[in-house]
Amino acid sequence: MSAMTTTVLAEDLVKTYGDVTALAGLSLAVPEGSVLGVLGPNGAGKTTTVRVLTTLLRPDSGRAEVAGIDVLAEPREVRRRIGVSGQYAAVDEYLTGRENLEMVGRLYHLGGDSARTRAAELLEQFDLVDAADRPAKTYSGGMRRRLDLAGALVARPPVLFLDEPTTGLDPRSRGDMWDVIRSLVADGATLLLTTQYLEEADQLADNIIVVDHGRVIAEGTADDLKTMVGGERLEVVVTDPAELGRARELLATVATGEITVDAHTRHLTVPCAVGTAPLVEAIRLLDGAGIEVSDIGLRRPTLDDAFLSLTGRETAAEQPTEGEQEVVR
Amino acid sequence: MNTFFPDAVVIARRNLIKIKRIPELLVFTTFQPIMFILLFGFVFGAAIDIPGSSYREFLIAGIFAQTVVFGSTITGTALAEDMQKGIIDRFRTLPMSESAVLAGRTFSDLLNNVLVLIVMALTGLAIGWRVRTSLGEALLGFALLLVFAYSLSWVMAYVGLRVRSPEIVANASFIVIFPLTFIANTFVQSEQLPTPLRIFAEWNPVSSVTQAARELFGNIPPGAPEPTTWALQNPIIYTLMWAVAAVAVFAPLALRRYRGAVSR
Ligand SMILES: Nc1ncnc2c1ncn2[C@@H]1O[C@H](COP(=O)(O)OP(=O)(O)OP(=O)(O)O)[C@@H](O)[C@H]1O
Ligand SMILES: [Mg+2]
Repeated sequence: MSAMTTTVLAEDLVKTYGDVTALAGLSLAVPEGSVLGVLGPNGAGKTTTVRVLTTLLRPDSGRAEVAGIDVLAEPREVRRRIGVSGQYAAVDEYLTGRENLEMVGRLYHLGGDSARTRAAELLEQFDLVDAADRPAKTYSGGMRRRLDLAGALVARPPVLFLDEPTTGLDPRSRGDMWDVIRSLVADGATLLLTTQYLEEADQLADNIIVVDHGRVIAEGTADDLKTMVGGERLEVVVTDPAELGRARELLATVATGEITVDAHTRHLTVPCAVGTAPLVEAIRLLDGAGIEVSDIGLRRPTLDDAFLSLTGRETAAEQPTEGEQEVVR
Repeated sequence: MNTFFPDAVVIARRNLIKIKRIPELLVFTTFQPIMFILLFGFVFGAAIDIPGSSYREFLIAGIFAQTVVFGSTITGTALAEDMQKGIIDRFRTLPMSESAVLAGRTFSDLLNNVLVLIVMALTGLAIGWRVRTSLGEALLGFALLLVFAYSLSWVMAYVGLRVRSPEIVANASFIVIFPLTFIANTFVQSEQLPTPLRIFAEWNPVSSVTQAARELFGNIPPGAPEPTTWALQNPIIYTLMWAVAAVAVFAPLALRRYRGAVSR
């Protein structure tokens, strides 16, 4: 094993609220200088995990360490080393963007001059210069989000916790945010990031854990998780929805797993073996049966597929309405 | 490294910026006391007669006391709002002194009350209120009012962190503070109250702080009956006892609440 140190560590975290178990023995480890993506549906326990690791919440049991420091025993030492951006932007509406960042700088004890300089840098970096001297009350949701994130970076902390950092951002801002995150990591930061966007985890994270019901149900790299789901996917769109049943029966011969049928989009997803043979075979079968196809193709499994097969649910973002989807063995 | 003091200054400054940014807040905190002085002074002052003295002059210390007591609720509503908006979460992830958030809050609310007292005193002087003792004693009277309100700020800090909703803090404290400031010698002499209310009024710290201020301003009507309870015979000591007790009990409680605070 190399000299890789673990910068963020959680062991067997348990937290209950009355009957609700928010964390049911969750463990994770983030090696120094890497990005861990925490993926999970609503209510999985992502925010609760972040709150424990950032000293905001004491778990009922379990242990947590950040930069080698016990989170429960020495919260203030941990706070010196972390930057946090919570799920809901915590900006002071009555202060301007600049005042918000300067205040955070002073509370990190950077000193007045450095706090001012750093605030100006961040306003520039997060494209908030024009709005810098307006009260944050007048900011749009995305601007608040960026200001909150800038707040997490004020002291250039070596460890960052970002709870859904790009939720509510438009695609361009999201891309900008990804660039910021990549440059932080390039500078050596260790990062734990929760997200609803599988693509985001895929893009940014070195390792991913999938959390559900307060525990980790899968972990690995994005590729590991995709391999876990196995093989490739054959995507077929039939022209006539009435043909869906027949197409499904035919394609069962090339399928290596459950075929998913979406009646609404006339779409079949067929897990299959690697290579082009299943595609050729499928075209031959469908053509032979006279089923007209408006689209057909192969694709590697996405994290959505991984998520679906691990949790038995779609991600929250794209939950289908009841009855539109049936799974056939 | 103890960063309590600089951190508290940062927090207090941030709270004062809010007063600057919401002009309505400033108008409210200064106009309301002016209105109180004028309304009570002219309406009650004309209707109620105290032999050998002006009721208006008697009334002023009571209005001062009531207003600063109400002013202390700002501490509670502001902390509840900060909690609701996640600002407290942000502070709690920063390597700052934890007690500084509460100390900065109560301090800025104290400054707010200083401003309110200045405005009220000037209004009072304009309608004929006079200090009949010395400047030193008058300042001591103002200081005692501020100390009392400051101690209540700590009670309200605890309430605000516990209740977590600014509206509920405002309503709940109204229910408590209204009787507390009316069943007292603020607007009438406590001797005139029916017995159960009189006993409450005589031991009510709002009465003692009012009594103390009235004595220090020289606004006790000549020929007023001597107070019969120890509390009102020694109003300064009795008020300070309450203030010290309130801080001693509620500051640690509020701090504990703050340490465990989560926004939801
Ligand atoms: N203060 C609380 N009181 C009661 N239940 C809570 C509290 N905080 C969290 N929970 C519950 O704990 C569970 C985990 O919540 P958590 O906020 O960690 O989920 P999440 O993965 O962040 O979800 P989302 O994607 O919606 O943000 C949920 O069932 C939630 O209702
Ligand atoms: Mg969450």
